[in-house]
Amino acid sequence: MTNGKPLLQVHHLKKYFPIRSGLFSRVSSWVKAVDDVSLEIQEGTTFGLVGESGCGKTTVGRTILRLMEPTEGTALFEGENLFQLDARQLRQTRRRMQIIFQDPYSSLNPRMTVGSLIGEPLRVHGLAKGVALDTHVRRLLDRVGLRPEHQSRYPHEFSGGQRQRIGIARALALNPKFIVCDEAVSALDVSIQAQILNLLGDLQQEFHLSYLFISHDLNVVQYLADHIAVMYLGKLMEVAPATALFENPKHPYTQALLSANPIPDPSAQRERMLLSGDVPSPLNPPAGCRFHTRCPEVMDICKTQDPPLIHISPPQNRHQVWCHLYS
Amino acid sequence: MIRCWGPLSLLVLWCLIALLGPLFPLTPNQIDLPNILTGIGSQAWLGYDDLGRPMFDRLVIGARTSFIVAISVVTVSFIMGSLLGTCSAYIGGVVDLVLVRMIDIFLAFPGILLAIALAGMMGPGIENVVIALALVGWVGYARLARAQVLSVKEQEHVVAAIAIGTKPLGIISRHLLPLIMAPLIVEASFGIAGTVIAEAGLSFLGLGVQPPAASWGSMIRDGTRYMLVAPHMVVVPGLALMAVVLAINIFGDWLRDWLDVKAGTRHTSRS
Repeated sequence: MTNGKPLLQVHHLKKYFPIRSGLFSRVSSWVKAVDDVSLEIQEGTTFGLVGESGCGKTTVGRTILRLMEPTEGTALFEGENLFQLDARQLRQTRRRMQIIFQDPYSSLNPRMTVGSLIGEPLRVHGLAKGVALDTHVRRLLDRVGLRPEHQSRYPHEFSGGQRQRIGIARALALNPKFIVCDEAVSALDVSIQAQILNLLGDLQQEFHLSYLFISHDLNVVQYLADHIAVMYLGKLMEVAPATALFENPKHPYTQALLSANPIPDPSAQRERMLLSGDVPSPLNPPAGCRFHTRCPEVMDICKTQDPPLIHISPPQNRHQVWCHLYS
Repeated sequence: MIRCWGPLSLLVLWCLIALLGPLFPLTPNQIDLPNILTGIGSQAWLGYDDLGRPMFDRLVIGARTSFIVAISVVTVSFIMGSLLGTCSAYIGGVVDLVLVRMIDIFLAFPGILLAIALAGMMGPGIENVVIALALVGWVGYARLARAQVLSVKEQEHVVAAIAIGTKPLGIISRHLLPLIMAPLIVEASFGIAGTVIAEAGLSFLGLGVQPPAASWGSMIRDGTRYMLVAPHMVVVPGLALMAVVLAINIFGDWLRDWLDVKAGTRHTSRS
């Protein structure tokens, strides 16, 4: 699981959105959507990123791909800093990293046929045309479980699951090493979710892909991820190998998330840990630990000081938590 | 489709007359003194004007004038406006701000007044009418295209295209323009009606085609002096103008409904 070499290393990623107001649209404050996030993704593994809506997980994925410009930080992808590439270099690098979107309805251009949608990546990079393009598109369609004759149809003729397969074929077309799955199965119903997750798993084996799997659904992440990071209000709370996180969650927020996660067994009895209150506004996040307003184990120090990074032993496990409880 | 047959056939007739008119032996400038101000009758279909020129022939030539002006003005302003609006909305920032302010300035003037001023400065003539009307007309398309692009470019498939590595030109031509075409085409159909009226207005004021060439506007102007003795001189080109403009507008309404229905059933999109 952790034997591969790191494919992507993100250090101190920050993304602040300016809030403009007043007569001259001066920047009056900042929304700290992502505030000092570091993570490392090994080759051929899946890194799960979980958190509530609005915690900044989508922003992390999109800044790494430079679909949004980061405010600060570095992202080393195969040794090259993504945040320093110019437009031309970025276009080249984008052949090696792709994204699958949450909404299979809005992420496909309604005026393009499936064939031209899947062929577009190859065409814009000048990798194939004519008959070669056609056979490549057919192969991709076949690989994601669609039929070759589908390529002359339009996206609206397909179901959500099929559309997501089209999105996957499109992401695969350039033979990337790294794919950001941004809530890739959240818009699908459960039976289709399983199919798509299996497909993603098979493709990972076949093409030695690495995923950054962004989701709010712990069951989905558990199924696929090797490493999991838990995010809350733009900051990481806990990063751990999947098994360690589920068996031995350290951060109170992780514990609360896990206890809220439904278990498909009606006879299972357990104590639920319920969080009170709402997520505070990212415009004005709480001082100290961002979770302290809802934390059941809150201490005085949590309200004033940022929690330090704690390595849970044994160190080779790479289980990290940001919490005063363990300092 | 059915309720559009009337206007559509009228429009086709207008286009055919304009395009094929010169093929027929027309004598729009031949003066026939004995027939001065003769009304509609057996000698000529639509009578004669104050110089004894046949009204029918002049009407055909006038149709050609209004058609050529309308098509060239709408083509130029459509291309100019939609490209400017699309690019500015896509690029955003200062570029967009400058364009928006420019549109505001243009819209603050009454369009026809600005066209009169421009045509007046450049001097009368049909080329100058086209230039003046196009300079005023692009604003509407630019504003519409900009508004459309602002909403379309936030859709995920545009982000997806960027993620794939599509160049800006490809994004604009494949992912933005095809999706904003429907409202622009409807706008263009109404734009043709507006231009026909505007050209007639400029010619009425003497800024359009110069005598002896004919335009519906200048024919109406010539007719106003004889309105009481020879009403056909005003009524004939006036009716022609009204019929064409009405037909275009009804056709435009129908076109809008038709494209809307298509958009509703063919391209179900959720946000």
